[in-house]
Amino acid sequence: MYTEKVLDHFSNPRNMGELQDANGVGMVGNAKCGDIMQMFLKIDDDGIIEDVGFKTFGCGAAIATSSMATEMIKGKSINEALNLSNAAVVEALEGLPPQKIHCSVLAEEAVKAALEDYYKRKGVDMPEELKKKAEHKDVHEVQE
Amino acid sequence: MRRVYMDNAATTSLAPEVLEQMMPYLTNIYGNPSSVHSFGREAKAGVDKARQQLAKALNAELDEIIFTGCGTESDNTVLLGVAERYKSKGNHIITTNIEHHAILHTCEYLEKHGCEVTYLPVDENGMVTAEQVKNAIRDNTVLVSVMFANNEVGTIMPIAEIGKVCKEKGVFFHTDAVQAVGHVPIDVKAMNIDMLSLSAHKFHGPKGVGALYVRRGIRLPSHIMGGAQERGRRAGTENTAGIVGLGAAIELACSNMEENARRMTALRNRLMEGIEREIPYVKLNGHRTERLPNNVNYSIKFIEGESILLMLDMNGIAASSGSACTSGSLDPSHVLLALGLPHEIAHGSVRLTLGDDTTEEDVDYVIDVLKKTAERLRAMSPLYKGQINK
Repeated sequence: MYTEKVLDHFSNPRNMGELQDANGVGMVGNAKCGDIMQMFLKIDDDGIIEDVGFKTFGCGAAIATSSMATEMIKGKSINEALNLSNAAVVEALEGLPPQKIHCSVLAEEAVKAALEDYYKRKGVDMPEELKKKAEHKDVHEVQE
Repeated sequence: MRRVYMDNAATTSLAPEVLEQMMPYLTNIYGNPSSVHSFGREAKAGVDKARQQLAKALNAELDEIIFTGCGTESDNTVLLGVAERYKSKGNHIITTNIEHHAILHTCEYLEKHGCEVTYLPVDENGMVTAEQVKNAIRDNTVLVSVMFANNEVGTIMPIAEIGKVCKEKGVFFHTDAVQAVGHVPIDVKAMNIDMLSLSAHKFHGPKGVGALYVRRGIRLPSHIMGGAQERGRRAGTENTAGIVGLGAAIELACSNMEENARRMTALRNRLMEGIEREIPYVKLNGHRTERLPNNVNYSIKFIEGESILLMLDMNGIAASSGSACTSGSLDPSHVLLALGLPHEIAHGSVRLTLGDDTTEEDVDYVIDVLKKTAERLRAMSPLYKGQINK
């Protein structure tokens, strides 16, 4: 049901773990639905994503899409990270079963939520040209 | 890599002794049991013997056994048959909210076709009481259907007590005993069971064959229409080899039942103790003692079931889960939710069901791998962090 690539990212997740010095953190999903993704970004003064980390509660696809998304935005600019689409994550994983596509959407949203948090912490508005790209669903409340 | 099969509630391996008894019916004895000639009579003899073996195992009469294609067919036959044939007696059916979908989906169908169905809620251990059944019986109640043992959490229902209540009230009592037959003692007479469903592949018999016990005096219409097989109660040429296999498997299971149950219970308890000792924040699902000798089901908090299964599978262990991700729907298993588990705990369930060939080494290996799996997935889980900090 999963591609080799998905299983690889599931069993050897890249950039897994919390970043202590993150300056942008986003969390999406909720435990009730069975998946939560937390994305940690460390963005340097030039707006480049210097380091990235994730933590995920969820199925194999949720873990693999988180891992792949971190790999795809590391070393990239904020603008490039905002261009990351869920379809690109799915493609990079060489496909996902139809019922798992929502996991890739969650990964895209987690990146956007973390970037939004970055601007919020800096106390500056996100540049207008990025705002539209950064649109994502509201961060769900996490229930424990 | 070591391979450990711990999904015996899904299906079991075919016992070599059973295959041996089936072989002639897959080769030389190919006659149609309905034929009058010697080829047919040979095949008929195999079916007759299986009927004797099964009747003996359940303490039923020969003419009370109907061979079917699977447990689901047996369940469907009872619900649809009673609803149709005994319409004049009433249109109310009582069941539980943790039945197999073979019962629940058929009940939902019947609700759309003029029946009323009461779904009795189970307690946190997955148990209903005879008192609940008694209180739910109305003047128009025609059938009570309560599973003998639950397929996910292994809870064994008080079947004899429910049977007694139904007998006193004059209501038919059916039990879906697919998970129980061959594993725990069943006596349809002593337990006042009117109808019972079973399936061969759950007790080391072949797939594609089930049976239905129907007490004398109850007449159910055949929903597979055609020839006069099974005394006109289930048409279609018999699955001779399958039926012979069912008979051989039930005889084998009953001959070793006590010893098997003792051995399996010890292994089950070893597994439960190991999990509870080695892994923090786990919750046993189902009744601690009134449970099938081979069923272990835990929720491992802060992680998700499909991830657990994938990681177990990568280590050669076959298990199952009630998480939504494994069911193909958004909700976790209806059984776990009926036990009152919050969604997030239900998502983290793992079911390990032992078989005749499970060893102590297998159990210890599973405990070890499961412990590592939990540690690894928890290290990834944003939910677990909060717990450590508390």
